[in-house]
Amino acid sequence: MLQVISLLVENKPGALMRVTGLLSARGYNIESLTVARTLDPELSRMTIVVDVDATLRQQVIKQMNKLVNVLQAVDLTESPAVRREMVLVRVRTAQETRTAVLKEAEIFGARVVDSSTEGFALEVTGDPEKLDEFIDVMRSYGQIEITRSGVVAVSLEAKKLKLQPPVEPRVLTESR
Amino acid sequence: MPTLTNGAKMLLECLAREGVDCFFGYPGGVTLPFYDAIYDHHIRHVLVRHEENACFAAEGYARATGKVGVCCATSGPGATNLVTGLVDAMMDSIPVVAITGQVSSKLIGSDAFQEADTFGITRSCTKHNYLVKRLEDLPQVVHEAFYIAASGRPGPVLVDVPKDVFQAQGHYAPVTSIHLPGYKVFTEGHTGQIRRAAQLMWEAERPFVYAGGGIIAADASAELRELVELLDAPTVTTLMGLGGLPSNHPNFVSMPGMHGSYAANMGMTKCDLLIALGVRFDDRVTGRLAAFAPHAKVIHVDIDPAEIGKNRAADVPIVGDVKRVLGRLNKVLEETRPEHDERLAAARTAWWSRIRGWKAEHPLVPITSDSEIKPQHLVSEIDRLSGGEAIVASDVGQHQMWAAQFIRFNGPRLWINSGGLGSMGFGLPSAIGAQFARPDKLVFALVGDGGFQMSIPELSTIASYGLPVKIVVMNNGHLGMVRQWQELFYNNRLSAVELDSFPDAEKLAAAYGFKGRTIDKPWELGPALEEAVREPGPYLLNVKVSPFENVYPMVPAGGAINEMVLAPPQPVAVPK
Repeated sequence: MLQVISLLVENKPGALMRVTGLLSARGYNIESLTVARTLDPELSRMTIVVDVDATLRQQVIKQMNKLVNVLQAVDLTESPAVRREMVLVRVRTAQETRTAVLKEAEIFGARVVDSSTEGFALEVTGDPEKLDEFIDVMRSYGQIEITRSGVVAVSLEAKKLKLQPPVEPRVLTESR
Repeated sequence: MPTLTNGAKMLLECLAREGVDCFFGYPGGVTLPFYDAIYDHHIRHVLVRHEENACFAAEGYARATGKVGVCCATSGPGATNLVTGLVDAMMDSIPVVAITGQVSSKLIGSDAFQEADTFGITRSCTKHNYLVKRLEDLPQVVHEAFYIAASGRPGPVLVDVPKDVFQAQGHYAPVTSIHLPGYKVFTEGHTGQIRRAAQLMWEAERPFVYAGGGIIAADASAELRELVELLDAPTVTTLMGLGGLPSNHPNFVSMPGMHGSYAANMGMTKCDLLIALGVRFDDRVTGRLAAFAPHAKVIHVDIDPAEIGKNRAADVPIVGDVKRVLGRLNKVLEETRPEHDERLAAARTAWWSRIRGWKAEHPLVPITSDSEIKPQHLVSEIDRLSGGEAIVASDVGQHQMWAAQFIRFNGPRLWINSGGLGSMGFGLPSAIGAQFARPDKLVFALVGDGGFQMSIPELSTIASYGLPVKIVVMNNGHLGMVRQWQELFYNNRLSAVELDSFPDAEKLAAAYGFKGRTIDKPWELGPALEEAVREPGPYLLNVKVSPFENVYPMVPAGGAINEMVLAPPQPVAVPK
């Protein structure tokens, strides 16, 4: 099973590289990664799906939490969280299968975002397994092209965010 | 209205406010504006002969003082040459701020002359790094860099400054606040865990203190000493922690690990409570982890939460500054001192007699010979002249291990070495940094003939500044540690380890204008070292030692630390 790590990071150049660098330096491949602004435009929420075993995952998350640009990194793999992904599918359909495709789309709760004589562009969200099924079904109707967004997740528990208060520049260096 | 100034001057103003009195660097094209500002500034710039050595010297300065060491290099090759030093500082948690020049903002990404992606390259070799794109960010960034380098678990921070930012004109406003919401510094330690630790300490029959570089970094020697005396616990200090407890302290056992003493490694193996302070359970200390301290509960104090449980699970984890934690812990220990318990007292006495027994059974004794200079003899002579008070900056290899075994240190910040990264070429430049930091101190650069030849350019720096560094080359004509492994584990097939054509030391030193000498007779050793120390200026002493001596005890890679090879030629089986 793949693991989900959720991070709150400062929206600064290099922040993404620092986080992914911790994974790539250890030879882990990132399955998916999404990053976008939060309510606070200075912060971004990042969701990473990666395959790292439990003990190493803990170490990696601790290392992520040490990064200056990371406010919080949490493991959502086993905690209550909602995970969703979106996929955009372009499916070429023959005239006679158009209705069937639309029917399937409806079953999966997909929306038609573009329609032409060639076929449809469909948008569907859901958990990744559901999307896999949807893609399989669409494939049976002909040639398709897809783009997946990668998983976004939100924890269902409030995680206490501990932030460092401001300090005066010389004070700490002197106390060392 | 503050006066108009430029980025270069602003940077120097920030360095001055951070208390920088000297820094090490090498100029280049894009740092020209910065060096123009240095020209008439009171902060001393030390011109080294290679950027790598600027970083090593900054480390030497930092290791000898606890202050942030500063180095500077130009863009491209200057910056890439810093990389080894940055990783070295990262591995050993040494506070360093590196300033690098970058090509002008408009040229970044255009493959401009001497352009390299310094920000990207140094991402993983620094605790944090910055690329300053706007002049108005510069003061904030510099003060953040110093704060990050010195606080929490110290480390290197790099600030990359494009040429146009050095040149840009602006008004300097002092920085009054640093706000890094995501930068977590844990200092105090959990009160409940501290109480639990104290309880375990009083209850233990066979306590053992394992203290590391964190003690030095946190200036916690006094607190460590108090703890050790309160508990009367045998104590080892790691390669990074030497001097954290004075070597002549009655509770000091020695260094543990791959080349640790028999008593240190047996103590670790047999103890029932391991008190780990500012250590990271490095593989060179633990040997095979599964067999490490198998009977012990572990109390682990470290400022870095990622170190807790990384290699060995802790029964009592305490995340905090080891100085503050020990300060509080010692108080709790005093408050909770139990009634005299006959059985426990007997167990403690028995524990000490076992430790003393191991010490007596396989003591660390320097080998000497009448016909040739043994390397152990050389380090013990340095020890004699130092009397525990000199700064010894070591390179990497066999001489480093012998020095760690035989040279005593009465206090912290005297032993300077590249522990984690093991960077050859570290000894000489770090001695330069240490001598600048401590002009009052006798500084030895103890180097092998391999590492020395990596740092020969810095003889010029030593000559130019008239630094009275005593360079002692332990010359066995080989890359000794690699040769030792080839002998022991590769059927003595000595591949690419012989270093012939070592230069004539006397002529080499003379070429730089100072004294040098080569010796190879044991009776010459003491007088020659004394002469070197008496010499007011630099001295290069090339000591030809027996070429095939190995460092023992030795725990073979992957072995348990109680399975030591104690002496050549046959491995000695140690009873479990």
